[in-house]
Amino acid sequence: MSKSASTETPDWRDQIFAALQAAQIRQVGYVPDAGHARLIELVQGDPEIRAVPLTSEEEGVALAAGAWLGGKRAALLMQSSGVGNCVNMLSLAKNCRFPLLMLVTMRGEWAEFNPWQVPMGTKTQPALELMDVLVYRVERAEAAAETVAAALDIAFNGDLATAVLLSQRLIGAKRWVG
Amino acid sequence: MIANDPNPHRRLDRRAAIRTLLDRRDDLLLVTGLGSTSWDAASIGDDERNFYLWGAMGAAAMVGLGLAIAQPRRPVLVVTGDGEMLMGLGALATIGVQRPPNLAIAVFDNGHYAETGMQESHTAGAVELTGVARACGISEIFDIDDELGLREFALRLRKPATTLFARVAIRADEPPRVLPPRDGVYLKTRFRRAIGVE
Repeated sequence: MSKSASTETPDWRDQIFAALQAAQIRQVGYVPDAGHARLIELVQGDPEIRAVPLTSEEEGVALAAGAWLGGKRAALLMQSSGVGNCVNMLSLAKNCRFPLLMLVTMRGEWAEFNPWQVPMGTKTQPALELMDVLVYRVERAEAAAETVAAALDIAFNGDLATAVLLSQRLIGAKRWVG
Repeated sequence: MIANDPNPHRRLDRRAAIRTLLDRRDDLLLVTGLGSTSWDAASIGDDERNFYLWGAMGAAAMVGLGLAIAQPRRPVLVVTGDGEMLMGLGALATIGVQRPPNLAIAVFDNGHYAETGMQESHTAGAVELTGVARACGISEIFDIDDELGLREFALRLRKPATTLFARVAIRADEPPRVLPPRDGVYLKTRFRRAIGVE
C-alpha cells in the first residue's frame, strides 16, 4: 500500500522553493550545503531562475545587489559558517537598502558532530543582527514556507535585509559515521 | 615603479582611459569599485547609469554579474582597481562559470593601493590578473597598455558576444579626487529609474 502523491504534504524544502517562485525570485546564489541540496536541485531545474554557485558567500550579497539594480530579485542560500564571510559585504545592503533574503542552514547547534562548526553556528544570529539584518528562525517543518514568504515580503516591500535560519534540528543532524 | 613591469613607460593615464571607455556610451551601464575608479568615472561627469561603490571592497565584479544577468540586453561594464579585484578574486571564478555575454570587466592596474598611501599590491609582485581570468574560464582577455588597445576593447564591449576581461595598465599616480554622490539609496534608486525598473 502506498500513499498517492497528491495526498501527501509536500516536503518543506519544496514548499520553500514554491515561496521563492511565488515571489518571482530570478537569481539564486549559493554555496552548497547538505541541508540545501534539495532546494539547489529545484533551483537548477527551473528555467526561470538563474542558479549561480559562488566561491564564497559574500559574493552573493553583491550579486543580489546587482540583480536588484537590474530590476530582478535574488535570494542567497548558505550554511551558517558562510554568514561570517558576509559581514563587511552586508554594508552594501545596509547603505543602499538593497532588499536581501538569505536562507541559512544551521550547523553547530543541535547534535553537531564537528566542534569546528560551533563557534560560527552559535554566533550566526548575533552576527547578522550586528549588521541590522532581520532574522527569523524556523524550528518546525510546517512553519518553513510561511516564514520564508514573510521574510520575502518584508525584504522586497521594505527594502530590507533578512535572513531565515533553518535550524539544525529541523534539517536533521549530519551523520558522520554509519 | 612596478618591480616586474617590462615596460614601465607604456602605461595609460587613468582619467584619459575612463574617458575612452565611456565615450559615446549609449545604453552602457557602469559599476565602479572602491575607490579611485569611482573618482575616475565621476571626473568625466556624473551619470544616473553609474553605480559607484564607496565600500564593500571586492564587490564590483559581482555587482556587475548580477546586473548583467538581470539586464541581458544592455552592455554592463565594471571598472575597478587591482586592489579591489584582488579582494574579490573568487568572483572571477564565479563569473567564469556564468559568462554572461553582456559583461565586461576592466581592471585599472597600477600595482598599488592608491587610496591608502601607494603600498604595492600583489600585481606589482607575482600576480598577473589576465592569467587568473583566463584560468577561470574567461576566454576573451585584453592586456592593454596603449590607447589603440583600449579603443578596441571599448568597441568590443558595446557589441556583447561573450564575457570580456581587460587589464588596463595605468600609471601609479593620484589625480585630483572628483567625488560622486555617496548616498547609497540615492545611487540605487536613480539607477533603477534611469533604466526603467523603478
